Amino acid sequence: MSKHQEIEDYRQQLRECVKCGTCRAHCPVFKQVQSEAVVARGKISLAEALLDNKIDLDQRIISDISQCLACGRCVKNCPNQVPTDEIILALRRRIAQKKGLTLFGRGVSTVLQHPRLMSLLTRLGRAFSWLVFRKVPKGSGLRLRFPSPYISRDRTIPPIAPQAFRQRHPEFIAGEPNKPLVTFFTGCMINYMMPEIGESVLTALKELGMNILIPKDQGCCGLPALCAGDGPGAARLADRNLEALTAHKADYIVTACASCHSGLTKHFRELGPDHAQMAGKVLDIHEFLYQQGLEEKLRSLPRQDNPRPVTYHIPCHLRKDDLKETPRKLLSALPSVRLVDMKHAGACCGLGGTFSVYHYDISKQLGNIKAEGIRDSGAEVVATACPGCIMQLQDTINHAGLPQQVCHVLEMIATDLQNAQKS
Amino acid sequence: MLEKRLINILRDIVGKEYVSTEQADRICYSYDATQKQFYPDVIVRPADAAQISLILKMANSEKIPVYPRGAGSGFTGGSVPVKGGIALVLTRLNRILRIDQDNLVAEVEPGVVTATLQKAVEEVGLFYPPDPASLKFSTLGGNVAECAGGPRCVKYGVTKDYVLGMEVVTPLGDIIRTGGETMKGVVGYDLTKLMVGCEGTLGVITRIILKLLPKPEAKKTMLVMFDSIDGAAQAVSSIIRGKIIPTTLEFMDATALACVRENAGLDIPENARAVLIIEVDGERELLERQAARILEIAAPLGIVHTQIATSDEESEKIWKVRRSVSPSLRKVNPDKYNEDICVPRSKLPEMIRAIEAISSRLEIPIVNFGHAGDGNIHVNIMVNRSIEGHEEKAETAIRDIFAKTLELGGTMSGEHGVGTSKAPYIPMELDAATVAYMKTIKRALDPNNILNPGKIFLED
Repeated sequence: MSKHQEIEDYRQQLRECVKCGTCRAHCPVFKQVQSEAVVARGKISLAEALLDNKIDLDQRIISDISQCLACGRCVKNCPNQVPTDEIILALRRRIAQKKGLTLFGRGVSTVLQHPRLMSLLTRLGRAFSWLVFRKVPKGSGLRLRFPSPYISRDRTIPPIAPQAFRQRHPEFIAGEPNKPLVTFFTGCMINYMMPEIGESVLTALKELGMNILIPKDQGCCGLPALCAGDGPGAARLADRNLEALTAHKADYIVTACASCHSGLTKHFRELGPDHAQMAGKVLDIHEFLYQQGLEEKLRSLPRQDNPRPVTYHIPCHLRKDDLKETPRKLLSALPSVRLVDMKHAGACCGLGGTFSVYHYDISKQLGNIKAEGIRDSGAEVVATACPGCIMQLQDTINHAGLPQQVCHVLEMIATDLQNAQKS
Repeated sequence: MLEKRLINILRDIVGKEYVSTEQADRICYSYDATQKQFYPDVIVRPADAAQISLILKMANSEKIPVYPRGAGSGFTGGSVPVKGGIALVLTRLNRILRIDQDNLVAEVEPGVVTATLQKAVEEVGLFYPPDPASLKFSTLGGNVAECAGGPRCVKYGVTKDYVLGMEVVTPLGDIIRTGGETMKGVVGYDLTKLMVGCEGTLGVITRIILKLLPKPEAKKTMLVMFDSIDGAAQAVSSIIRGKIIPTTLEFMDATALACVRENAGLDIPENARAVLIIEVDGERELLERQAARILEIAAPLGIVHTQIATSDEESEKIWKVRRSVSPSLRKVNPDKYNEDICVPRSKLPEMIRAIEAISSRLEIPIVNFGHAGDGNIHVNIMVNRSIEGHEEKAETAIRDIFAKTLELGGTMSGEHGVGTSKAPYIPMELDAATVAYMKTIKRALDPNNILNPGKIFLED
């Protein structure tokens, strides 16, 4: 089985941190916590001290290492590009090896590795949701409270879909014969919780006449397991996805989840040449649609008289220069949309995978920054490109009592395409 | 390790949650950008001057070293706790107390990040010019204690030119006020100037009153490439002699250019051996004329290529070239000694020639770039510590470069300070009587030598 690197393998990269302190200007968690131990420079010093046996792997270190959103800002802004994100994941794998996974980490990893268990749980969850979840009195009306002991009582999350996305569709949907074959990697959130985003992806792909493959054997992208420190579990998932996604020689692999995109394109390359090759084929759906000329198509649709003010939240995992603007370009091409700016558009939503489970208080502080931007933007809709961000932003909006809706850029695209067909 | 009793006193002063003796924190507050590590015994994060006063009084009676610290981003070890003791982290004092638009002053606490203040004053049309490269994360307290500079200092001067007054906790724990908020003031000794650049050895700064300027209306950025380093260096002195003071006059040598050639996003011709990035600011109408005059002066000095930014975006692209130098130096060699000598501007060509000669004599690469407009050059001696003899060569290079700098009437540090890194070289620049005078001041103000000991002067 494939295997990730050990923390010892990062000696050289650790040495490349020159302790300049640039990361202090960019880490969203540091800005809230103001403790050197949570910023990249501090974590790197702790990693070095661990390797030099100057410190024990105690609860304090485990807590420091857990305080990371995996947003990648420290790496992007580091003068020496020290891969702190990878180093933190390697540290978490070491912690899991020595101390075992946390109960929550074990739960996440187990469930996401077994699709049947996941399906069963989601069915049960849905059946009993009236018992265990309470409806949020205001806000969207559909958001539920989550009562698990690991998740803060006042947290709101979306409900589970009646039927998972991949169960609704055949594995292959034929398009025009001369058009490319596109493999759609759905990710767990779209499959189980937000299938409407998946439907929107299909609408857009069909509009372009693409041949679509939705492999039944695909699973979780592996990022949650990796972030929890479950190296072997994450590698098993990556191996399975490699098999499922490359079984047919598709021209492209697309995903509509920024986190899955980061998981598939970045974190498993080191597992081997096959993994690296597949990673090179994965595209964010917006990037793909843009390349295929959807923007022009959208611009040619009949304009609407009173376009709605819409703003865009940039997911951390789509902050790279070339990916940052694409969703915005597509949004601004929509006939029903008037794109407005938002202060802090690029600030993290605060989810950070399991981060918000362990550190919901910091997560909420980050949410407050977003809430301010959303409130002042004058937008009716906050569109974004990641189901995780959607969940977190909706939670933020619910807590702040704001009227805005959150949705995926693809949902807006699909709505406009469908309206144009009707008229 | 400090006795439990003393830790408890510290907890009583600042509150339990702001005192830590945990190993993780001792590691994380042990370093700065010199990468030297010394573990403090305890990390204390006070909230105000009154708490700091009590801490220093206790430190005096118990003879415990105290090391004031902001972001810990200094280049000479100023905040590193070389003798253990207390790391006094001042980042909780992070309020901008006021921005006075009638009198053009701001009053801040030392933990405010420089860029945060700049953003706040620029929102009301004002301007705080000092711009060290670390401005997005370094604190104003650290900037003042080290007298930070930056590219804009050619025209606007350094941090000390903007400090009007402060509140300081003395090493003995008294709270004093220096200067004030008036533009003039000559009552008593100028303690403000004494405190700026004292590297935290004479007092802990708890409030700073800063002078502000109106924000310049516009700026214009130019990139000029020369076929020789001499041409670029001469252009700097000619521009200054031509009675033009640009906002910035940044310089990069051929090695620096080679490092950024691939990533800079700009076309750098093969025959370009040096670059000047020149920016002028002020009223929009005047800029065109200033820019033209500068190019006219530089014209006979071997210009290969000129690029003038016509938008903020293009200006940003030019600055990206400059900013990408430092991180790309690793291509030359993995380890660097970063010196920041400063010579009279007319001596720049001679200094650059001397550094090139030292580099080829010792056969180690030396990359030069920096704020040439004020004679301040960042000299990066690139070595590989794992190669035998490299470290000794670097030491020799540093000594030779300092000797030449002083011979030309310069100083061995323009803006980074002395700290621990340059302490061994102090006798080269300052004579025995001058050092003795400084030490007398230190001894008088800090008889127990508890405040940032081990900095500036080597121990007797």
